Amino acid sequence: MMNDIFKGYKGKALEILKKYNIRVWSEATIKTTRGDFKGIVLPRSENDDDLHIVLKLDNGYNIGIATNTIKQIKEFGYKEAHYKIPEKEFPTSEDKPNIKLFGTGGTIASRLDYRTGAVIPAFSPGELYGAVPELADICNLTTEKLFAVFSENMGPHQYKTLAVAIGEAISQGIEGIVIGHGTDTMHHTASALSFMVQNTPVPIVMVGSQRSSDRPSSDAALNLIHAVKTASESDIAEVLVCMFGPTSDEYGLLHRGTRVRKMHSSYRSTFRTIGDIPLAMVDRNKITPLQQNYNHRRKDTQVNILPYFEQKVSLIYYYPNMQPDIIDSLVDNGYRGIVIAGTGLGHVNKPLYPAIKRACQKNVAIYMTVQTLWGYTHMFVYDTGRDLMSNGVIPADNMLPEVAYIKLGWALGQTEDLDEVKKIMLTPVIDEITEREPYNGYLVFQGGVPEIEQFLKKIHK
Amino acid sequence: MLFIIIHVNKDDIMDNDNNHFNNIYVQTKKLVGYKTIQQCTPLDYKNLGFKSGLEVHQQLYTDKKLFCRCPAGMYFPGEDYDAEVIRHMRPTLSELGEYDGTALMEFKTKKNITYRIKNPTTCTYEIDDTPPFPINQQALDIALEVALLLKTNVVGELHITRKQYLDGSIPTGFQRTAIVGIEGEIPLAEKKVRIIQLSLEEDACREVSDFRHQRIYTTDRLGMPLIETVTYPDLLTPQEVVEAGNYIRFMNRSTNKVRTGIGATRQDVNVSIRGGTRVEIKGVAHIKWFAELVHNEAFRQKSLLHISSQLKQRIKDIKKWDLTYQLIDPSLINPLPPSLKYYADSEIKWVAVNLPHFQDILAHFTQPGQVFGDELRGRLKVIACLELENLIHSQDRNELLATVDFSKIRQLLKSKSLDAQLLFWCPSQDLSTAVETIRERCMLAFHGVPNETRKALADGTTVFERVLPGPDRMYPDTDSAPLPIDEERINKVKNNLPPSIHYRYEQLNKWEISRHYWIYLLRHNLVPIIEKIIAFTNYSPKFLAGFFAQDLKHLEGRNSSSNFDYIHLISLFKFISKHNLSPEIAKIMLPVVFNNPNIELESVLTIIGYQKRNISDILSYIPDLRKKFKSIAKNKNINAERNWIMGNLKLLSIGNYPLDKLSEEVNRRVK
Ligand SMILES: [Zn+2]
Repeated sequence: MMNDIFKGYKGKALEILKKYNIRVWSEATIKTTRGDFKGIVLPRSENDDDLHIVLKLDNGYNIGIATNTIKQIKEFGYKEAHYKIPEKEFPTSEDKPNIKLFGTGGTIASRLDYRTGAVIPAFSPGELYGAVPELADICNLTTEKLFAVFSENMGPHQYKTLAVAIGEAISQGIEGIVIGHGTDTMHHTASALSFMVQNTPVPIVMVGSQRSSDRPSSDAALNLIHAVKTASESDIAEVLVCMFGPTSDEYGLLHRGTRVRKMHSSYRSTFRTIGDIPLAMVDRNKITPLQQNYNHRRKDTQVNILPYFEQKVSLIYYYPNMQPDIIDSLVDNGYRGIVIAGTGLGHVNKPLYPAIKRACQKNVAIYMTVQTLWGYTHMFVYDTGRDLMSNGVIPADNMLPEVAYIKLGWALGQTEDLDEVKKIMLTPVIDEITEREPYNGYLVFQGGVPEIEQFLKKIHK
Repeated sequence: MLFIIIHVNKDDIMDNDNNHFNNIYVQTKKLVGYKTIQQCTPLDYKNLGFKSGLEVHQQLYTDKKLFCRCPAGMYFPGEDYDAEVIRHMRPTLSELGEYDGTALMEFKTKKNITYRIKNPTTCTYEIDDTPPFPINQQALDIALEVALLLKTNVVGELHITRKQYLDGSIPTGFQRTAIVGIEGEIPLAEKKVRIIQLSLEEDACREVSDFRHQRIYTTDRLGMPLIETVTYPDLLTPQEVVEAGNYIRFMNRSTNKVRTGIGATRQDVNVSIRGGTRVEIKGVAHIKWFAELVHNEAFRQKSLLHISSQLKQRIKDIKKWDLTYQLIDPSLINPLPPSLKYYADSEIKWVAVNLPHFQDILAHFTQPGQVFGDELRGRLKVIACLELENLIHSQDRNELLATVDFSKIRQLLKSKSLDAQLLFWCPSQDLSTAVETIRERCMLAFHGVPNETRKALADGTTVFERVLPGPDRMYPDTDSAPLPIDEERINKVKNNLPPSIHYRYEQLNKWEISRHYWIYLLRHNLVPIIEKIIAFTNYSPKFLAGFFAQDLKHLEGRNSSSNFDYIHLISLFKFISKHNLSPEIAKIMLPVVFNNPNIELESVLTIIGYQKRNISDILSYIPDLRKKFKSIAKNKNINAERNWIMGNLKLLSIGNYPLDKLSEEVNRRVK
């Protein structure tokens, strides 16, 4: 409790607060060598220094007061802020589909935490309805918070729990599933679910936001509307990622869970389908398919849940002059599978060969992917590739490196038999390997080129 | 009282008296006690309880923007763009957990916001596709300088705060802003005006157009560093508002580190009167407009208070008041309103509204040329996106009133005699917002003056812009860390502060500079230039001030886009003094230098045809000139002769011999 009234303060700043009998949320006048300041003492972010006290002024601004300038502090009131998200009962109606939203910790609607500056998600149907009332026009919504972890902390345990929870919801007759997820590793989770939840009768739609919903220009609400619409109305019964197509508030894209990747650290339109085209576009009014081949929605409640994962799998990104001890140390540490993101068509340098050979002899499954992301491994083209294969490296065709990592973990979680693993790895579950790459799959534009500039001027990017 | 008189024969007046609108307008204007600004004395403002405060925005002169590395001060016309991005703004929860009032209004308007991007001026930061980069330190130092000039208490740590703007003027939906100092003061002639705060913030987009549900912005100005100086409402007359506005502007300019030119300085002014509410008039481009604007706003508030008391007398329970409305047939209006053309591809609804007990309120004076009905029009335009002319009411201006059959409408709505009616038309999608907007504004009339920001018009009146936001729209920027401002940094800035404007006023007084010149000299920060020149010459400040405020001002007036660096003025006078030229030659040299700032000053002398002569050379022309004058002149008056000879000798003399002395010599010789 003591710590609670000094939220985030430490060292000198904490000393000063205690000295003058001031707590967080005190309304106080602070006399300093720089003049007087009056406001509410706010919690301080734990990562900030211990030399300042944060004050919220009457006009809403925050400022910091340096402790070494403080002459005196006097409390004249106390005003604790109560975070509250307007909560209204989520309206339901018989003619709307029942949709379930699973929370993993990503932000959909949110409020701010002063202490860490972090965004706390709003999640109950009532809170969501308060923040995004449009949802009630689309479906009847129930929610379940499975975990509250940041995207980067999602891992095998969460994948499996999520898969099982999805299985239960489907067997209970849910008509669509939405999963709120942080964006950083959304594509890892999407591919894990693609393998662990097979033959789903309903859409399983992953969604997040690139701009947190505490800002008016957030993509969160529109992404959520798109995702809920997809879960409710789409005919595509697969694991999908639903995020902004362009950076403009215009439409979302539905990406297949095994072919999607986050491609920009901050853009709204960060998710792209790699090596193929997206499955569909979605806006507030309609879903427009871009591909014809997909698993269709069914009325039954059958689904195969395969929640397996071997943790001792690694993904290494090859660079020139990589030393063999990298591979050796993985093997010596008991790793059972390694995915390499190799250069070009799937290459690494010669000094690694002995280490790779040793690894394969020790029953470590090694799969080759390409760090170009677009394109296939073609290990027969050059000697390097042929040498690697003879040492036991298996090319993973056009499986994305992260997807190969997830799939290898999933395969090794099911069996120790490396032939069996190979069969699992190279038999596509859902387009993680495709037979052909469409000509318009690869699109990385070069800005500045006249035709692209023309395009950008006409089309809202 | 007025209403009772008029209502005696209401229907007769309504239907027959063509001057009904004017009658009410004139009489309510009188009842409110409107006087022009020229007629008002300080006592009048005191009686009104007039209070005003200023928010002065000033762009800083930095190379780059505040939170990204795009160049600052590079502008393109709105039609010249490389790409467009579309956004919608949604209200969010503030840190205290409530939606802000403005936020809700902006959300109701459901505007599509388009940003036009020009590659050289805009990166991923401006369109909110990347978080902010560390704050521009150059800008922070300038802000610190102004914070110290304002004598504010400088904060120990800068916290970037988000201030929500849902009008779309900033693609993030908020402005990043931080307080640098609080609680300062500036001295006016008669009093000290207290300063609330000095903040450093990013500038917003420039609006290209705003029509129906579509607003277009250009992002070149977005993100440029700006300081905002906010005063307490200590200004008690329009004249004080102007004086304070000038003081702050001069002070900003005295740093020599702020931008000048169109849009570089923008003022908001807050006004309230006793019983009224703080209303903010936005974006006043010229300080000279202040006086008229705040004056009219004071009387607008008085008018609204008058309306409120009238309504409260008529309506027993204002909580139960409500309007009624009905969809009607467009045959009741003829000819159809021209604004229909804006809704060409929408289904139009025609709506008749009855406002119980609002008889004569709609034509009640609010501002010169405006009535209460115009308050409804303004809100319909902004909130419901209905372009003007968007309504006609039962006490409207004659030309509008004549197009509608209000007697039918009164029948349809079953109106009572003290009710007012109005008719509006809109695309069906805007209907409910429009009705709600009218209802809300009418109900606000019971309470007097609504919290608003209003847009300044050139004629000194204002129109509704948006609901005034409260402190609820402020929340911490989670994307940036607090930045300590230590003593060392403050002291460094403190040691290089320019003198105060108060000191400059005293200086100009001591130099006996005509007051007409003050504004120009201070606005352009020319006093330090005068100081520098008189430090190495014996030229009088008065001569230099007159030279700048006339000759230089004239040149700048003709070429407003010029970026003439005043440092060249110092070189010019250094040159003149070094060559022992008489300083008047500056008047002839300046136009050449102004247009070619980097020119060799020697060659300027050649260009203007200067030749070195001593005084006896010059005077030796006099006998010949006298002969010539006698042969050509019609007017043989001695003064005419002297003037004519002076005119001929002036060009030979300038730079060589002071003209006033030459004139004495001529007068001595021509008798
Ligand atoms: Zn930029």
